[in-house]
Amino acid sequence: MATSRPRKAIHRSTGARKDRTMKSLLIAVPVILLLAVVSVLTGVGSLASGLDGGRGWLLIVESRVPRTLALMLAGTGLAVAGTIMQMLARNRFVEPSTAGTAESAALGMLMTMIFAPTLPVAGKMAVAALTALAGTALFLKILRQIPLRSVLMVPLVGIMLGGVISAVTTFVAYRYDMMQSMGTWMSGDFSGVLRGRYELLWIAFALTLIAYVTAARFTVIGMGEDIARNVGLDYNKVVTLGLCIVSMVTATVVATVGMVPFLGLIVPNIISLVVGDNLRRTLPLIAATGAGLVLACDIVGRMIIAPYEIPVGTVMGVIGSVVFLYLLLSRRTHAS
Amino acid sequence: MIEIRDVTKSYGSSAVVDRVSMTLPAGGLTSIIGPNGAGKSTLLSIVSRLMPMDGGQVLVDGLDVSTTAGDVLARRLSIMRQDNHITARLSVRDLVSFGRYPYSKGRLTADDVEHIARSITYVGLGAFEHRFLDELSGGQRQRAFIAMVLCQDTDYMLFDEPLNNLDMKHAVETMKLLRRLADDFGKTVVVVLHDINFASTYSDRIVAMRDGRLAFEGTPEDMIEPARLQAIFDVDCRVHAVGDTRLVNYFE
Repeated sequence: MATSRPRKAIHRSTGARKDRTMKSLLIAVPVILLLAVVSVLTGVGSLASGLDGGRGWLLIVESRVPRTLALMLAGTGLAVAGTIMQMLARNRFVEPSTAGTAESAALGMLMTMIFAPTLPVAGKMAVAALTALAGTALFLKILRQIPLRSVLMVPLVGIMLGGVISAVTTFVAYRYDMMQSMGTWMSGDFSGVLRGRYELLWIAFALTLIAYVTAARFTVIGMGEDIARNVGLDYNKVVTLGLCIVSMVTATVVATVGMVPFLGLIVPNIISLVVGDNLRRTLPLIAATGAGLVLACDIVGRMIIAPYEIPVGTVMGVIGSVVFLYLLLSRRTHAS
Repeated sequence: MIEIRDVTKSYGSSAVVDRVSMTLPAGGLTSIIGPNGAGKSTLLSIVSRLMPMDGGQVLVDGLDVSTTAGDVLARRLSIMRQDNHITARLSVRDLVSFGRYPYSKGRLTADDVEHIARSITYVGLGAFEHRFLDELSGGQRQRAFIAMVLCQDTDYMLFDEPLNNLDMKHAVETMKLLRRLADDFGKTVVVVLHDINFASTYSDRIVAMRDGRLAFEGTPEDMIEPARLQAIFDVDCRVHAVGDTRLVNYFE
């Protein structure tokens, strides 16, 4: 058919997307396994002193492997949460740290520290999940009130909302002398991860699996409310499910290792550019890439100033803001 | 049959749709015409349960759209809106496959796959099925959305200004496609149109709205007539018979 050529053919090939997704996944998985091995082998302590039951073995079981697992679980969860958030808000530039979600979770954590300090971490996390849910729902509600939604307006609203919530949290934390705890929630740091201290992150992984099973629904949500209703989807129900997944993943990460900013933004955007957004197909790739990116950032953070460490949140903040700017400036037609 | 009974929708104190009652019989192509702000698109959104109504009732083959489960209705009636801005970056094939969502909830059966391939071929996008939507021209994208509706395979298909932003060639192609949906597949097609001559040429029935109310309804022969058009649009025009069709000259 002699129709005009599109302005920007990013992929000239008409080869099936499915193959492309599979190929990407086949590359991603070995790379991640390699990164995981490097991650386990990286560190100050020597592993050489007897792997069979000696100190080296203890180090691996108690510290190194838990840390690597925690990194992968958090990376997977945040990348998937970011993807769902973008479909719900129908905007490419939102994720838990630009929608008030992480800040709300931190506020929840602070409240439990003040009012119920004896609550086990799981309980604190549950409260943080509730406040995160409330904060994110508020964000979506505000978005609905904005009549002209420009692409950049949406993350700006989210960052402002996060700023307001964060200011409240800081004020309270300052009064109760808890500024240090606040730092650990908002900036991801895996140096304190030991066996017995990260297992809650498996909840995030379980939620990721739920997201995968229900992935088609979130793609439909990303096609807009009208199309979603047209194909018979219960719009509000799916939005609620998405909000719950995003809030709980964020809360587990905030409560255990601290927020890793930008991850949920970079990964979905890159994957979207390469293989699109049919989540049923792309979500495994998003999850794998999330894990790989966090592993890589953590390894870099441990190597640059060894034997000291730069927290992964900081490394990701640097890389993330650069990629974020790049995405903003080189916005493709589909983002506008 | 779509029965619209006393449907009302207001924003503040002004009624956008004001106690409209009409019956759209099964089969054929019905155009809804009228000036801007007549309530055409609002009425279409209400009929397709995208928008709640303030009063009245809409029945599609006896099913009340306000109370029928979303997925049941999605197998009877589909709608294509005018602004199809979608966040998800999808290929033509992905988009069209979601037309099967009411049937398979995202897990495609062999039957679904066949529907998808047929719909894509039918709108002439076979060579583009793996392109992303943002890599298509406006006309191609429009056809991709029509293929999605086609793939949904409902008895009733509603289109809200499907010719918007299309050039002559693509507008004619789109209109012919909608006509064929009625002729080849026996679908009931309802289209909101701005171009009176497209309405005159392609419709079996024309419904005219003005100020939120049903103004006139009838066959193109009844409707395309200077006095009626004057009453609907407030525009002086002449009607010329060219072969079997009546063309309206409202330019001078």
